[in-house]
Amino acid sequence: MTGTLLTIKGLTKAYPGVVANDDVSFEIREGEVHALLGENGAGKSTLVKMIYGLVKPDSGAMTLRGTPFTPAEPRAARAAGVAMVFQHFSLFDALNVAENIALGMEHPPKMRDLAARIREVSETYGLPLDPYRTVGDLSAGERQRVEIIRCLLQEPKLLIMDEPTSVLTPQEVEILFETLRKLTGEGVAILYISHKLEEIRALCDHATILRLGRNVGTCVPAETSAREMAELMVGSAFEAPERAGRALGDVALDISGLSVKSPSAFGTSLKNIHLTVQQGEILGIGGVAGNGQDELLAVLSGELKTHPDAIRLLGQPVGRLGPTARRELGLLAAPEERLGHAAAPDMSLIENGVLTAAQRENLLNRGFLKWGAARSFAEKVIESFDVRTPGPDNAARSLSGGNLQKFVIGREVLQRPKVLVVNQPTWGVDAAAAAAIRQALLDLAAEGAAIVCISQDLDELMEISDRFGALNEGRLSDIRPAKGLTVEEIGLMMGGAHGMEVSHA
Amino acid sequence: MLKLEKRPQPSRLWTYLTPVVAVVITMIAGGALFALLGKNPVEAIGTIFWEPLFGEFAFYYRPQLLVKGAPLILIAIGLSLGFRAGIWNIGAEGQYIIGALTGAGVGLAFYPMEAWFIFPLMVIAGALGGWAWAMIPALLKVRFGTNEILVSLMLVYVAEQLLAKMSLGLLRNPEGHGFPGSRNLQQYESAHNAEVIAGTGMHWGVLAAFLAVILAYVLLNRHILGYHIRLTGEAPRAARFAGVNPARLILFCLGTAGALAGMAGMFEVSGPSGQVSIDFNVGYGFTAIIVAFLGRLHPIGILFAGLLMALTYIGGEIAQSNLGLPAAAIQMFQGMLLFFLLAVDLLTNFRIRIKTAEAA
Repeated sequence: MTGTLLTIKGLTKAYPGVVANDDVSFEIREGEVHALLGENGAGKSTLVKMIYGLVKPDSGAMTLRGTPFTPAEPRAARAAGVAMVFQHFSLFDALNVAENIALGMEHPPKMRDLAARIREVSETYGLPLDPYRTVGDLSAGERQRVEIIRCLLQEPKLLIMDEPTSVLTPQEVEILFETLRKLTGEGVAILYISHKLEEIRALCDHATILRLGRNVGTCVPAETSAREMAELMVGSAFEAPERAGRALGDVALDISGLSVKSPSAFGTSLKNIHLTVQQGEILGIGGVAGNGQDELLAVLSGELKTHPDAIRLLGQPVGRLGPTARRELGLLAAPEERLGHAAAPDMSLIENGVLTAAQRENLLNRGFLKWGAARSFAEKVIESFDVRTPGPDNAARSLSGGNLQKFVIGREVLQRPKVLVVNQPTWGVDAAAAAAIRQALLDLAAEGAAIVCISQDLDELMEISDRFGALNEGRLSDIRPAKGLTVEEIGLMMGGAHGMEVSHA
Repeated sequence: MLKLEKRPQPSRLWTYLTPVVAVVITMIAGGALFALLGKNPVEAIGTIFWEPLFGEFAFYYRPQLLVKGAPLILIAIGLSLGFRAGIWNIGAEGQYIIGALTGAGVGLAFYPMEAWFIFPLMVIAGALGGWAWAMIPALLKVRFGTNEILVSLMLVYVAEQLLAKMSLGLLRNPEGHGFPGSRNLQQYESAHNAEVIAGTGMHWGVLAAFLAVILAYVLLNRHILGYHIRLTGEAPRAARFAGVNPARLILFCLGTAGALAGMAGMFEVSGPSGQVSIDFNVGYGFTAIIVAFLGRLHPIGILFAGLLMALTYIGGEIAQSNLGLPAAAIQMFQGMLLFFLLAVDLLTNFRIRIKTAEAA
């Protein structure tokens, strides 16, 4: 631990209607892992975008190794030694690893030399990667390695990582941490963005906590309890969802021998899936992103059709039916992507209510829409689920992510589904809204509905599910009771380290 | 420095204001164009916009407004349904021609019989003809995933060839001394699309256009099918999630657009134009695309846009004969209208901010 690498003083950035960062100051030392902790919407992304030159601060100053640092664009930030691994990868599926890396370079060397460099860096840091493999064939964890190696080739002094573990199995997380420790050993500083407290306690030397755009505290994670950090992050203690004891009823959803080809070229086809969910039960389905979650939701919502008997709803074959017919029978779904899939961005909340509730809420009269009834339904969703909006006439895209998600989940829950399938129900949602959504799912199950909750948030799945299974490359693991599962076991169900265990040997 | 900033939701004010602003900017730019051609810009713009409505010969031009506006409105209403759903029928001109051919064909087949049912049959035949022509790109798209823009556009040229063949062959007037072109339907009472009220320009096609505006309005605002059309245009994935069958929607939108364009062709051939001839079509099918967008793909908007476009047609003709403006200048003027509309349209979803010095 030598001197200070980056000093941030009084950074402020306002967007119309919201102050994303308000007078934020902290410093990062050379060779440390510095955590940036906060809820969604706390201003973490804006802050790192300013460091990376994507956003210009309204006021405040940064110094890098004592000299003023005002990157006008990411290229300037990279030249100064700042590199960033984004949460969403910017890779071309159809190109191979080396080609993808060359695309991001200003003066790419010859492909053979570059491949050799990639091999060298990947071996040094324990991130095995074949430069000639097509990116479309790589797992999410391997894609992240491509992004990390792309950064390491620039020999950065500061590496920014935005929620890097959200796409990894627990075993892969261990490998990543090993790599990060090697880097810090060489004096590289890492700014690590996350909201996973245990991870931060295991890895980070210091943590800066943001709430509503302000720096509300700095701590040494190893000496602070997860609970204390959570309270700093959220501002107050919030209630954990309560699960009432539930009596399980008949089998509501029965999937047997379900195999579906993915409609997109780089999607994941589902392979021979078997599962049953009983009335009153919540089945949690984990797995790293891109292992068939979207396809599973689509085949259950009716967007993808399959063999009639592959999916049975209360004994009735529904595999061939489209979304409308399945809704009429009581099989409802809420997809992961809120804007553009679960809701139409430019349509009002009233119209977005009609989107899935037209049949079950009786909003149609011989094909003609009953707008009065549609408005009442939207108002009911807004009220019951505490959706913050000036009114149901507002466009879906004007709502914050958490509020729109509450609307989307509320729209399905209020239709009294027999089976509800949700994908990433609390993704990108603040802690209070997430707790409300989980509670709503638990309440719905208590009333006798069967729920399939697909999620990448393992804490969430352990909190609400009765039984747990994991998707890995389109296959579903054995389903086991959630109670008593260890992190180790869950990781193995998710596919372990995908054969990369030896990388740090 | 100017900077665009996305609005949290589309501005209601600008949705209504953009067409007006676009017309004003077109007048200014068009005036400059006319001035460069050595004409008095104020006089030229005045001739185009004022003369047909309130000039000395307005009694003649006002009915023409309806005659020229009706086919534009009828076609544009059909096109707007597809455009809203992201289905791009560019071949309304072809569907218009085929509708005229089938409509006139049925009428001529009955010649010289006089009966009340001939005209209604011709309307149905015209609609079916346009519908069938539009079904070609529709079915190819649904079945093989072809691009409806290219297929429908290419079919315009096929339809033009068919039109020439028909006016020289099958539908040629046997008493026409070998001249190309069919019998004049204006002189065949049972097949004549006459004015409903004499001297107003109000023929059956005008009534059909008004009816289409009302039906389209009800469909889009009150019916689940119209809701699905809008939903598909705004968020195709959400539409599929909602249970919309994309293939069925393509068939409906292209079919309706074709039927309305076919009807427009039929009303034209049996009324104002009177006969099938080689140069029967004058580009209504293409101009209707401008009308649809100028009217914001909204039925009421299209009604006004169609009338406005008819006004520039008529005023343009007056300007050509009175001031000697070249026809190309008038076409450019009409093109400007669409150009500026699309440009100003940006303000609906974005606001312009003037940025001062950057903070460090």
